[in-house]
Amino acid sequence: MTNIVEVRNLHVRFSGERTVHAVNDVSLSVAEGEVLGLLGESGSGKSVTLRALLRLLPKARTTISGTIKVAGQDVLALGEQKLSAFRGQTASMIFQEPGLALDPVYTIGDQIAESVVRHKGVSKSDAMARALQMLDVVRIPSAKRRLESYPHEMSGGMRQRAMIALALACEPKVLLADEPTTALDATVQIQILLLLRELQREFGMSVIFVTHDIGVAIEICDRVAVMYAGQIVETGTMREIVRSPLHPYPKGLLASTVHGAERGSRLGTIPGAPPSLSTAPDSCSFAPRCSNAQPRCVEQLPPTVQIGPERIVRCVLAESAA
Amino acid sequence: MTEVTALAPLEDLGGEAQPLLTVRGLTKHFPVRGDLFSPRKTVHAVDDVSFEVAKGETVGIVGESGCGKSTTARLLMHLMDYDSGDIIYDGMKVGRELSLRDLRRAMQMVFQDSYASLNPRLTIEESIAFGPRVHGMAAAEAQLLARDLLGKVGLRPETFANRYPHEISGGQRQRVNIARALALSPRLVILDEAVSALDKSVEAQVLNLLVDLKREFGLTYIFISHDLNVVRYISDRVLVMYLGQVVELGPIDGVWGNPVHPYTRALLAAMPTSDPDNRTQIAPITGDPPNPIDPPQACRFHTRCPFVDTVCSMVAPKLADIGTDGHQAACHMAVAGSGHSRAPGPNAGT
Ligand SMILES: Nc1ncnc2c1ncn2[C@@H]1O[C@H](COP(=O)(O)OP(=O)(O)OP(=O)(O)O)[C@@H](O)[C@H]1O
Ligand SMILES: Nc1ncnc2c1ncn2[C@@H]1O[C@H](COP(=O)(O)OP(=O)(O)OP(=O)(O)O)[C@@H](O)[C@H]1O
Ligand code: SF4
Ligand SMILES: [Mg+2]
Ligand SMILES: [Mg+2]
Repeated sequence: MTNIVEVRNLHVRFSGERTVHAVNDVSLSVAEGEVLGLLGESGSGKSVTLRALLRLLPKARTTISGTIKVAGQDVLALGEQKLSAFRGQTASMIFQEPGLALDPVYTIGDQIAESVVRHKGVSKSDAMARALQMLDVVRIPSAKRRLESYPHEMSGGMRQRAMIALALACEPKVLLADEPTTALDATVQIQILLLLRELQREFGMSVIFVTHDIGVAIEICDRVAVMYAGQIVETGTMREIVRSPLHPYPKGLLASTVHGAERGSRLGTIPGAPPSLSTAPDSCSFAPRCSNAQPRCVEQLPPTVQIGPERIVRCVLAESAA
Repeated sequence: MTEVTALAPLEDLGGEAQPLLTVRGLTKHFPVRGDLFSPRKTVHAVDDVSFEVAKGETVGIVGESGCGKSTTARLLMHLMDYDSGDIIYDGMKVGRELSLRDLRRAMQMVFQDSYASLNPRLTIEESIAFGPRVHGMAAAEAQLLARDLLGKVGLRPETFANRYPHEISGGQRQRVNIARALALSPRLVILDEAVSALDKSVEAQVLNLLVDLKREFGLTYIFISHDLNVVRYISDRVLVMYLGQVVELGPIDGVWGNPVHPYTRALLAAMPTSDPDNRTQIAPITGDPPNPIDPPQACRFHTRCPFVDTVCSMVAPKLADIGTDGHQAACHMAVAGSGHSRAPGPNAGT
């Protein structure tokens, strides 16, 4: 299998009023046609990692290092023109808030057609035909009429479908999804997840899917990378992470789930709260909350332990499992 | 050591058997301005909602965005007027036998947004002491109480008492809000998405806390959430709402184990799986929830229901008993002789 996305030793630091070491030495890869989940709690660096892949971070205040390769292109080295072709054509992104992707002053049809004209160089009428086709693909009812709709005239679920149509109109090789179902109602969320799963197969795309909800990750991801304090602490197949997590953080997360817990019984918890990211980590970021922490954990960065072909754990405890 | 005194809770009147709260026919419509060509419209936010809350139990309220959960909570708290209906607290009709001032001590609310109910210019300790002061407690006494409550919600008073809301994490702020609610010695606490904004590991901490506090203070909870797993974990009974109405209610195990209303079934089936080898294959229902402005006639679910029949768009189904344990659902399929082709025969079950 070839990797369509290769991220090596990515660091992202924001400067300004306060310094934030948002992403600290993240490496990940995504194979062709694979769905990788980025799972983690608020502030763990999921969105920043995803935005770095499209170079969507504020230029002046952001320091990025490491390498990002997508479909053979060195993303951090792309010039403005190549970058704008790259966005939308090679990789495109969907968000929790469709407002970030959809422009309120243009109709859905015009927005999709504009993107198709720009990336594929086809005529306006061919592009509009493509837009119509895409609205059908994402199962927007009365697609023809909906081409003329403005985003605010649509329900939440429908706007989310329109955003997916826009993102996929130019058949990108990689779809970056940042919690696209988090704001939706339960009965709508599952529809959008199933739609994305189906389109991913149909288009043969690779997907990086960001979520804080492990159930959502299970529904859509093949593999998952668990993030904590700007680092990936464990990567494995969805099954491995759910059934036999090795790092104490995903272990604790799974123990704290209310799913299947007896009513009113004590839930497992992880004491404390995530660290401030004002300095770069020089020890295990989870150590202050970890019940198994050893002297080594607070003295140096944890080792990167390769357990299997797909399984990587950043924890001293994993060394015995390797 | 100084003794910590709390406000005396409202006296228990009717005893164990009398519900702490009885809600009958509660209704709230919001007029919304139509545009130039259409007349005034109405949001049916809460429509003829009735239920009881027994002393010491936890009642969960679930349903999709806009179905009226928060409006119901605000009406119970008398934060807004209702159009019609009765709210009876421990046998006393609110506004008649029970003053609003007493009601607001007996009933407290915790909101999703942990910032919303904390004054940014008050320290945490001052925020917690504020309510008791308003109700006549001396400053020094209220301060002692506040510090005691901080300890009870797991925040060391020495570390946290003098901090401001923006100086603590979301999970810690939610603990402060819970302490603030408890400062008035309420008997009923309404938690409106109180853990929804928290990370999972922190959510578990706060849920444990809520379970402990309930035991310690003998509290009764109304727990509003869109997370069905959390509701199952914490609730004894549950109400399922759809477009302003209660479509099913009953003991949580009965409703979750044997959901009768097609909407309840859809909600449960829409929950993401926890088993990678058993992913969801089909969406239980299609489309978005309709707009609560001028909702569908008769059964409000008929526009999305997989089992819709002629009667469903003609006659509004009423809540009917499913078992003897208080499990009720409002669907024509559950009522013999309703005219729905899937209803039991007219003599069935008798
Ligand atoms: N433009 C920015 N400038 C400064 N700090 C930022 C910026 N964007 C993000 N951060 C910080 O970087 C850290 C990681 O943020 P990120 O948005 O990646 O978190 P996340 O994992 O996506 O969380 P959530 O689940 O809340 O979306 C946070 O501390 C955040 O405050
Ligand atoms: N003050 C108001 N004026 C007009 N409409 C309102 C007002 N408050 C609520 N509504 C409407 O009433 C309906 C019910 O709202 P409510 O906030 O009770 O829903 P909810 O079930 O709490 O939803 P959520 O899960 O999103 O919190 C919605 O359609 C809402 O837009
Ligand atoms: S009454 Fe009819 S439309 Fe309503 S839920 Fe029952 S079967 Fe469906
Ligand atoms: Mg994010
Ligand atoms: Mg609400």
